[in-house]
Amino acid sequence: MFINGIRAGTSIAIGYFPIALTFGLLAKTSGLSMWEATAMSIFVFAGASQYIALTLITKGVDPILIVLNTFVVNIRHFLMTASLNEKMQPDAPWKKAIYAFGVTDESFSVLATRKEHKVHTLFAAGVIVIAYGSWVLFTAVGHVIGANLPAFLQAAMSIALYAMFVGLLVPSMKGNRKVIFLALFGAVIHSLLYWTGLLSTGWAILVATLGSAILVEVLYARILKGSEA
Amino acid sequence: MESWYWWMLLGMALVTYIPRAIPLTFLEGRELPPVVSGVLRNIPYAVLGALIFPAILYVQEGNLLFGLIGAIAAFAIAFAGANVIVVVMGSIAVLAVYSLIFG
Repeated sequence: MFINGIRAGTSIAIGYFPIALTFGLLAKTSGLSMWEATAMSIFVFAGASQYIALTLITKGVDPILIVLNTFVVNIRHFLMTASLNEKMQPDAPWKKAIYAFGVTDESFSVLATRKEHKVHTLFAAGVIVIAYGSWVLFTAVGHVIGANLPAFLQAAMSIALYAMFVGLLVPSMKGNRKVIFLALFGAVIHSLLYWTGLLSTGWAILVATLGSAILVEVLYARILKGSEA
Repeated sequence: MESWYWWMLLGMALVTYIPRAIPLTFLEGRELPPVVSGVLRNIPYAVLGALIFPAILYVQEGNLLFGLIGAIAAFAIAFAGANVIVVVMGSIAVLAVYSLIFG
């Protein structure tokens, strides 16, 4: 089970590689030591928040505001872990409290789209260990070597995590209209929020996800009622 | 960096961990109303749509075509029935070749 999890998490590890490397490099140019940069990846483990924190640190923003901003960016994980809870095998809360640390957009996507009815705790542990290992290791490597990948490879690898999301979504879309609507509405609402600049990214993803999930649920409830009448 | 950095890190770690841990531990063993669990089961696919678009188009700042090619490659490979790792490596390969030729 654990090994299967490692295998399923490999795409995440590949996707994190260029992002963590760049994070380590940027942290160095922002004046953080190797240990300070790596410690952020060890203790926080949240890509978007860490990048934003770097930008804010170099601008001299109050650390309290940086923490608040981190919270806002991560509020969407309330929704993801509530959803993941329906998918995971029931287990002791202390075990769930441990693997909860490793729930990111990416590990959530891998776990929540599994075909099996319930996902094993050890499987989740495997996915998270390899994703987390890649994130922490390549943060340190990025800081130490202080250089980036060749430009063409860096550019090409920037697609990795999105390609992974596509690779997870498409098999579920086949022959399942509800999944297609969910993804479509999620994409459309997020795009509208992004282009109009109404909400910042963390909120926009949260609103788009919840909006789509509720909308489709209401639509399907209506259709079911209609077919019964 | 002085001690504020480590306090900030502690704060960041806490506010990142709380939204991850509270639902997973507090909802354990609780039966939710069918409507709520229905919505929660929809979340993964809604979130994938929102995570992919529009961000996939902006992977290279100021080069919409680059993201578009990557998106088309990823969807094409995925619809052909390839598994996730092949979709990832294939999309990287397509864009690597593209940027070697046109970059």
